[in-house]
Amino acid sequence: MKKLLTAAVSIALVSALSISAVAAEKLKVGFIYIGPPGDHGWTYQHDQGRQAIDAALGDQVETVFVENVPEGPDAERTITRLARQGAGLIFTTSFGYMDPTLKVAAKFPDVKFEHATGYLRADNVSTYSSRFYEGRYVIGQIAAQMSKSGVAGYIGSFPIPEVVRGINAFLLGAQTVNPDFKLKVVWVNSWFDPGREADAAKVLISQGADIITQHTDSTAAVQVAEEQGVNAFGQASDMAAFAPNALLTSIIDNWSDYYIARTQAVLDGTWVSTDTFGGMDANMVNMGPFINMPADVKALAEKTTAAITAGELHPFAGPVYKQDGSLAAAEGETVDLGTLLGMNWYVQGVDDQL
Amino acid sequence: MSPYEAILLTIITASTPLLLAAIGELVVERSGVLNLGIEGMMVMGAVCGFAAAHVTGSAWLGVIAATFAGIATSLLFGLLTQTLMTNQVATGLAITLLGLGLSGLIGSGFVGLPGVKLANVSIPWLSELPYVGRLIFGQDPLVYISIALTVGVAYVLKYTRVGLIIRAVGQNHHSAHALGYRVVAVRYACIAFGGATSGLAGAYLSLVYTPQWIENMTAGRGWIALALVVFSTWLPARLAAGAYLFGGVWILGLYAQGMGVGIPSQLLSALPYIATILALVIISTNRRLSVINTPASLGQGFVPDR
Repeated sequence: MKKLLTAAVSIALVSALSISAVAAEKLKVGFIYIGPPGDHGWTYQHDQGRQAIDAALGDQVETVFVENVPEGPDAERTITRLARQGAGLIFTTSFGYMDPTLKVAAKFPDVKFEHATGYLRADNVSTYSSRFYEGRYVIGQIAAQMSKSGVAGYIGSFPIPEVVRGINAFLLGAQTVNPDFKLKVVWVNSWFDPGREADAAKVLISQGADIITQHTDSTAAVQVAEEQGVNAFGQASDMAAFAPNALLTSIIDNWSDYYIARTQAVLDGTWVSTDTFGGMDANMVNMGPFINMPADVKALAEKTTAAITAGELHPFAGPVYKQDGSLAAAEGETVDLGTLLGMNWYVQGVDDQL
Repeated sequence: MSPYEAILLTIITASTPLLLAAIGELVVERSGVLNLGIEGMMVMGAVCGFAAAHVTGSAWLGVIAATFAGIATSLLFGLLTQTLMTNQVATGLAITLLGLGLSGLIGSGFVGLPGVKLANVSIPWLSELPYVGRLIFGQDPLVYISIALTVGVAYVLKYTRVGLIIRAVGQNHHSAHALGYRVVAVRYACIAFGGATSGLAGAYLSLVYTPQWIENMTAGRGWIALALVVFSTWLPARLAAGAYLFGGVWILGLYAQGMGVGIPSQLLSALPYIATILALVIISTNRRLSVINTPASLGQGFVPDR
């Protein structure tokens, strides 16, 4: 038995060595995912980006990913392992990986790191995010036109700036159509728990919301909307297959272009630490097909999308009032980028407190 | 549907998978075995239940498949801990990890496919009664099964010979062995029962709660079920109370948020846990009662001396 084990171990070692010998010529690109690629939401889109790298640069690059990595100490261990295994570029794709990414980056100065949605950088750590809020503005406008009750329900994950920004943009979009539009917010304090997301959707619907939108990662809320006959929006990925009658459109994250560009930069030796905050103009945020809505609603949605893409419309263009009534941006001004990135207040009309 | 009905229905849906998973674990622990693999057995039940229901189009076949998937996973735990005498804590954790990984593999072809929902019970006239009709006579069948299981387990453990043997094995396996009971066989049976109910809990998630397959869809419910068993001091009635308390506080927290009461959402999210811990503290002040019910051989392997 012992001999057999030794034999098995040595075979495993030899094969591991031979794999790494082949891989040594290729750049290894690692991905850390908060959920499973099968979530059909946030992680799914990142995995689409990873596959795009394979498709575009497969002859020079090898990609690996680790899924379901909890934010915190586990993340640090997993990122370290990827760096030790010879990854030259590592994408950490959730906000909570910020500290672990920076800690590991300090230990591996030759490895390049890309942290999604964070705000702290280092010489070998870039940050990148999308202006998801541009999409939120568009769906807010659609919601206000489609809602009969004038109340929408918003399922939040964690009250961090990224999510708060989306809530505000949604309501600002809705208010352009119906100034009295109401927004109920429920936090589930999790990025991925289909059961809780479904509970939250049921709760919001029973409290009068007839539009459901969510900033969590699964398709559960959209399915509840379909079941209960109210409208919903897809988040991160096109979710029309899950709610063919209820879905109005989806905000789709498109990481492919960015991932290919950054990987190419490492290959060319031109990679430098940057901060990227791309929106519709950079093709990082796309809108899904506008379905289940009258032609005039669709026309306005397309017009708004085009205006944001062209840079003619900014969702946070003034006047923007905070919840307490104070002015955040006057007429003719726009809420500045720093405030947007650290947004910790609601706009007027949100039926919730932070 | 009135708001109060909607609240109660949502609470029942949130509580039932916890109750199902926990009632089986209660029996397992009463027999002196600590199976930390609930999460793994649940998620295996969820994926196999979904797959079977999707392929055959019958939700009931899904429920049956989920039950057997749970049993199969639990028997692997049984084989390792009862026959090969591995450490129960480590093996349970391994079963959880195995279940999460294996279910992802099995389910990879089922992601994003339409699910089959287990239909609610509908009794003519009774289910349409105002206020109570939907609540009492119009639930999905697994809710009734979970309650029947709880009552059944309570009865068997307290009033029957079988229950006495299970408790004896859990209290002192050497004495039980000396009396001629087959300790390992009894434990195998209890482990399989725990696997079956965990599989049912998984089926509840993928066939009733959110009728679809999503990787990791158990999202830690197995661990909550495990905690509820301890909270209940191994008594089925308290277990049911605990499961509904947890589900109730959780859903009411969401309601409070939706109404904009201004309590921080983090606090509301923590409330179910706080409420459960408080209840645990209050119950455990009665030292005598909790000591009596704690299976003395919990977590210890048994090797019959020959």
